[in-house]
Amino acid sequence: MLETIVFSLINGLLYGMLLFMMSSGLTLIFGMMGVLNFAHASFYMLGAYFAYTLGSVTGFWIALFLAPVLVGIVGAVVERYGLRRVHQFGHVPELLFTFGLAYVVDELTSLFWGTVPVPYKMPDSLNFTLFNLYNFDYSAFKIFILAVSVVMFVCLYILLKKTRAGLIIQASLSRPDMVSALGHNVPRVFMMVFAIGCALAGLGGVVGGIHFVTEPGMAVTMGPIVFVVVVLGGLGSVPGALIASILIGVLQTLALSVDISLASIFSGIDVSRDNFFSTIWYMESIRLAPVLPFLLLVLTLIVRPRGLMGKREA
Amino acid sequence: MTNKKRAGIFAGALIGLSAMLAPQGYAADDPIRIAYIEPLSGAFANVGDAGLKHFRFTAEKINEAGGVLGRKFEIVPMDNKQSASESVQLVQRAADEGIHFITQGNGSNVAGALVEAVDRNNRRNSDNKILYLNYAAVDPALTNDRCSFYHFRFDANSEIKLEALTNYMAKQDDIKKVFLINQDYSHGQFISKTAKEMLKEKAPDVKIVGDVLHPIGQVRDFAPYVARIKQSGADSVITGNWGNDLSLLVRAADSAGLDVKFYTYYGGGLGTPAAVGDRGEGKLLQITEWHSNAKVNETHPDYEKWLNEFKLRYPEIDWYYHRVYNEMYMLKAAIEKAGSTDVDAVAKAMEGMTFDSITGKVTMRAKDHQLIQPMYISVMDSNVVHDVDNSGLGFTTVAQIPADQATAPTTCEMKRP
Repeated sequence: MLETIVFSLINGLLYGMLLFMMSSGLTLIFGMMGVLNFAHASFYMLGAYFAYTLGSVTGFWIALFLAPVLVGIVGAVVERYGLRRVHQFGHVPELLFTFGLAYVVDELTSLFWGTVPVPYKMPDSLNFTLFNLYNFDYSAFKIFILAVSVVMFVCLYILLKKTRAGLIIQASLSRPDMVSALGHNVPRVFMMVFAIGCALAGLGGVVGGIHFVTEPGMAVTMGPIVFVVVVLGGLGSVPGALIASILIGVLQTLALSVDISLASIFSGIDVSRDNFFSTIWYMESIRLAPVLPFLLLVLTLIVRPRGLMGKREA
Repeated sequence: MTNKKRAGIFAGALIGLSAMLAPQGYAADDPIRIAYIEPLSGAFANVGDAGLKHFRFTAEKINEAGGVLGRKFEIVPMDNKQSASESVQLVQRAADEGIHFITQGNGSNVAGALVEAVDRNNRRNSDNKILYLNYAAVDPALTNDRCSFYHFRFDANSEIKLEALTNYMAKQDDIKKVFLINQDYSHGQFISKTAKEMLKEKAPDVKIVGDVLHPIGQVRDFAPYVARIKQSGADSVITGNWGNDLSLLVRAADSAGLDVKFYTYYGGGLGTPAAVGDRGEGKLLQITEWHSNAKVNETHPDYEKWLNEFKLRYPEIDWYYHRVYNEMYMLKAAIEKAGSTDVDAVAKAMEGMTFDSITGKVTMRAKDHQLIQPMYISVMDSNVVHDVDNSGLGFTTVAQIPADQATAPTTCEMKRP
């Protein structure tokens, strides 16, 4: 039992931190600009592909820094010449814009890199087993992912809470008109936030592309879960996104690690297997696990629309 | 121009076009057309596209060598968007255009719909029949209770593959505990159920220590599943997973230090070896009708040339579907034997036909139209002549199952014309 709990915590933390890397940028963009950026996962994918291509020239460690910067620049261009123009027409055109952008990026990716997964591998310097817990190996790369995400969270937190730039960003988050009246260039702040958000997703892609598979479908598979994190954590709240990511990671791993069904919890009650609803009664947690995040999403929106740490309603 | 007018003109043009395409009036040297019904757009476009290249390449080879009865093969690509209902409409279109042969393979649900559509067409349009050649859909039902006179399958069905695989596994002394992990849909459910029955019968001392179904294409983090496999103490895993569901599973297992062998259907499938990388070396096994390092080239040195030529033409993929070769050459032989492209005559000629393939003698079982052919169990290896996906890794044979052992009984009761 202890084994299961320890494993769920560690693995959930790992998976959660990966989720956090992808969703922290989205929560900033979403919370601040009100843009439901459907293309966010596409920037995550770009990060992986850029790092793969750059890495074959410069090596992994330089690509680790260069790729997110490149993705950030792409993000800035998209904001400056795309989003800003449709912004004046309201939120629906913005939404449609990012929706279309996601498809364009996906298609371009398969055009440039092909539809077959690319062999994006971890650097040899991290390719060893760091420690073994209950017979389960933890590679140095996994711990590296953890370290990167923690550093990222700390940097982001300091940027937002302790610097002047962060002050302006936070102010623009809640009162954009007031910030503008004080003489700040709010569109430029928006562009910066969008670029940073995309770069963070790109960084997630650099490590996520190795941990998972780097292929043109990776954006589509990651897209929905990132939104769950943002809504659960609360719009615009970086700590909220962190908590939500870890919560989802741990819950999902736990559900996959234990055999629990309603029938085993309430073993006193006998439900006939012929009953129409017996499917739910006997459904094992392992089959429920993949939909758990989405169940959380629905419940959050019903019970607490502003999420765990959000200040505004979703 | 109003929309109505425009629609009118469009409809007129369509009628004109379809009149031009009407089936009558084909001369004897017109090409023999084969409609290739597969996804050519959307998420599975890469799979459909690779298959099309296989068919076009083979047709070209046959045409270069003089064609069939003095006529040439022509592959007509039709995009079904991986949808069963679209595919049914495409059968209608093929019939309208006077195409008598269709081929498809991706998705047993699509294949099932096609069998019905073809049967319906052949009942109603007895002078414009269609023959369905299936090169990949492995649902056993298609050659059992849903079998049809107008359906021929060139891949081994799931039951045959599992039969051969469990026969091999039962002989391995180091296999003691087996874990089953599969995608939660008909294909995976069949494997989960049947593998248990077969292992119980053939190797009573082998224990099934786990049986897990997971949603298809939804799981990103396979670590919890890997932890389960590890806790169960399994030494072997049987999985029908394909695509990312397989790549992610093998990668997660490797990074957790899980030392088991994966017995798969699609370990060598398009894109999987590149994604798995050298983590699968020695651990990833597959059962197929052929693989590029199968040592059968002594009798057919030309096939080596065939592979290289294909690779030269399409550097991004490898020759993977040996069954396309079988299908096209057996169709050629059947048409020549029948002396015409009359569907009933060709189908009768193909029934029970024996063909001298690269891998040895293969037979189209007359009772259910299932091709009985030798099978290969191979393991991922970096020391190979032909690698796949340009990954430096390929497959090496660990066991060859002769055709007479790669078989399963059938319950098919076919209605013949």
